[in-house]
Amino acid sequence: MFQITPRNTVYDVAIIGSGAGGGTVTKVLADLGISVALIEAGPMLNPARDFKEHQWPHDVPHRGIGPGGAGYFGKSGYSFGYFNASFGGWEVEGEPYTVAPGSKFRWFRSRIVGGRTNHYGRISLRFADYDFTPYSRDGLGTDWPISYDDISPYYDKAEKFIGVTGSKEGIRSAPDGIFQTCPPPRAHEMVVQRACKKLDIPCIPSRLAVITQETNGRPACHYCAQCGRGCVTASNYSSSQVQVFPAMKTGKVTLITGAMARELITAASGQVSAVSYIDKATRTEKQVRCKAVVVAGGACESARLLLNSKSSRHPDGLANGSGMVGRNLTDSVGYHLDGHIPALAGMPRYNSDGMGGMHVYVPWWLWDKKNKAFPRGYHIEVGGGFGMPQIGSFSGECRRHEGYGASLKASIHERYGSSVGFSGRGEQIPNEYTYCDIDPAVVDQWGIPVLRFHFAWTDHERKQAAHMHETFKAILETMGGTVASPPPPTTEGEGISIGGQIIHELGTIRMGNDPATSVLNKYCQAHQVKNLFVADAAPFVSNPDKNPTLTITALAWRTAEYLAEEMRKGNV
Amino acid sequence: MSETSRRELLRSIALGAMAGALSLEAAQHVHHLAAAEGVGYTPKAFNAHEYATLEKLADWILPGATEAGAPAFIDLLASQNPELAAIYTGGIAWLDRAMDQRYRRDFLGAQTEQQSAMLDLIAYRKNETPELAPGIRFFDWARRMVVDAYYTSPIGVKDIGYMGNTAVSKFEVPREVIDYVTKRSPV
Repeated sequence: MFQITPRNTVYDVAIIGSGAGGGTVTKVLADLGISVALIEAGPMLNPARDFKEHQWPHDVPHRGIGPGGAGYFGKSGYSFGYFNASFGGWEVEGEPYTVAPGSKFRWFRSRIVGGRTNHYGRISLRFADYDFTPYSRDGLGTDWPISYDDISPYYDKAEKFIGVTGSKEGIRSAPDGIFQTCPPPRAHEMVVQRACKKLDIPCIPSRLAVITQETNGRPACHYCAQCGRGCVTASNYSSSQVQVFPAMKTGKVTLITGAMARELITAASGQVSAVSYIDKATRTEKQVRCKAVVVAGGACESARLLLNSKSSRHPDGLANGSGMVGRNLTDSVGYHLDGHIPALAGMPRYNSDGMGGMHVYVPWWLWDKKNKAFPRGYHIEVGGGFGMPQIGSFSGECRRHEGYGASLKASIHERYGSSVGFSGRGEQIPNEYTYCDIDPAVVDQWGIPVLRFHFAWTDHERKQAAHMHETFKAILETMGGTVASPPPPTTEGEGISIGGQIIHELGTIRMGNDPATSVLNKYCQAHQVKNLFVADAAPFVSNPDKNPTLTITALAWRTAEYLAEEMRKGNV
Repeated sequence: MSETSRRELLRSIALGAMAGALSLEAAQHVHHLAAAEGVGYTPKAFNAHEYATLEKLADWILPGATEAGAPAFIDLLASQNPELAAIYTGGIAWLDRAMDQRYRRDFLGAQTEQQSAMLDLIAYRKNETPELAPGIRFFDWARRMVVDAYYTSPIGVKDIGYMGNTAVSKFEVPREVIDYVTKRSPV
């Protein structure tokens, strides 16, 4: 049934996945004159056609809830709403994953050029110097094989190129970078800042990959708050618009879309010689030949590809002599609490849209406290403002107020824009119960064995979620707010997030100096296969309380430069 | 309704409005005729009685909701989803029967005070009894969807005062907003 048709061209580098990691490697290598085959499981992106930026709910007959009101029954299929640019979701049709008995896990995948960067939150936080030595600090987890000083120049390059807002603060847990000016706080964010000041908690201008000045021909942000829908003016960072499309103009990039990587093929030398993929349009198997390969499908998808690339030389999967492929999986610890703030009720209307995300945030502030109930820390994201009325915007008020008519309407109008919410994003420490492997019983519609997830929070994370609850409640009450009684913060799914739900999954192909306990060396090059590199969040050794994307970009940039230099020297 | 009678109706509304003399009954009659005309919308899921009842309910929930297209929104979705349609056809049938038991009239035929007396029962969870439970559940659906439809309509967006979804060169918070919040905030 399958017709295997190797292409004759031998590319310098095959890159699998076009998200933050793959997009960065593509751009860096193409600029250095290296020929690249970029392999993407989804279709090409056409921002003008595909992004739903600036649409109103009433521009579509179902107003965003889905035909037949599917969303009212939890069946819309739009994981982040109809208008979001996720091009995928918690489920991808025909491409299942499984979760082991006793575990809960959710896996978000985007199948499109640019991957999840088209819609992600744009939060761009440098890891702190101490984040690279977690084991040395508290005896938990593992130290990285690189230090802050190794990656810092690449944070500089990444921030300068993609554009990140922020301010110089001199806070050790939140290293300063090369920043563009952040717009001023919204009205509710000013109150949050005052409450935090009273509680001795820092609350500083946001660090978002949104440009507030023209950058490399990209116009400045127009403050419509719709980053999640994809930005038609490319005023935020997406690998598709900021890296892949410009790189294609060099003539060095061959983009192959609708291509689901199945296996890495190794030659007698043990080196990768080709990428085998399913061409989704024809359901045939094809190959791309290459001198080196960069795997960047997202941490779990990348681990799946290596585990499925078995040979006599690599019986447990490619480059997996350590047995670490798929292990050390973590996600961020997530917890959310919101409250009604009477001071904001009846506020005069103004356009509070701004950037697509908060204009202020709270970096971790107890990093030098030794006597906390839990190790590591979290940062706090702030929500609120006069959002665009959407389906469901006032469902909470309908439930609270009940009734009908003039009093219901008055209450909705009075409370519009008066709620403030906090989301914590904290560090999970790798544990032996949390990993992914291949489900021996299930294949996807392309015949590729699927991932099976095993996940468990420990007391470290549960205590952290409880601490988040106390902090958020304290800030809300200092603002004069009232907080509903939520379920206990340790209730998985209602309090603490379900594993994978924060979409910061990483660590599954970790780097390290010892080939017995790590898969990659300090340049994200496989210990066992010298022409195999990984450039997403799979190489991360820990999952600090900073969103991973900026570090994916910086690390991928460093990996790409190293790869290019090794190729020039003839080592790869 | 024929094109002639529609023109006549519109002319009579205009005259009535000018004279300030359109009676309440006449206004309601006009309203229903216009609604049956559909204001460009023909019900797909509901019969004329159900749709007229839905319009009445929508305007009870939020005055102006029918003009904002709430019944049309609900009908359209119900026409695509039997489960949703059943919630409304069943709910309206329950409502008519409950009204008939109390007042010997269906909901539309009842007096304004009789309609509001029923809504005062089914609009609150605290009134839940085995007898009223289906009505409370139905009204919860209707309220939620009417509110959604109203505030996602151009009329609703304007009414609540959302000023965004537009391109601006600079983000600022007006002085009066800062003053309002500062004056009221404990911090």
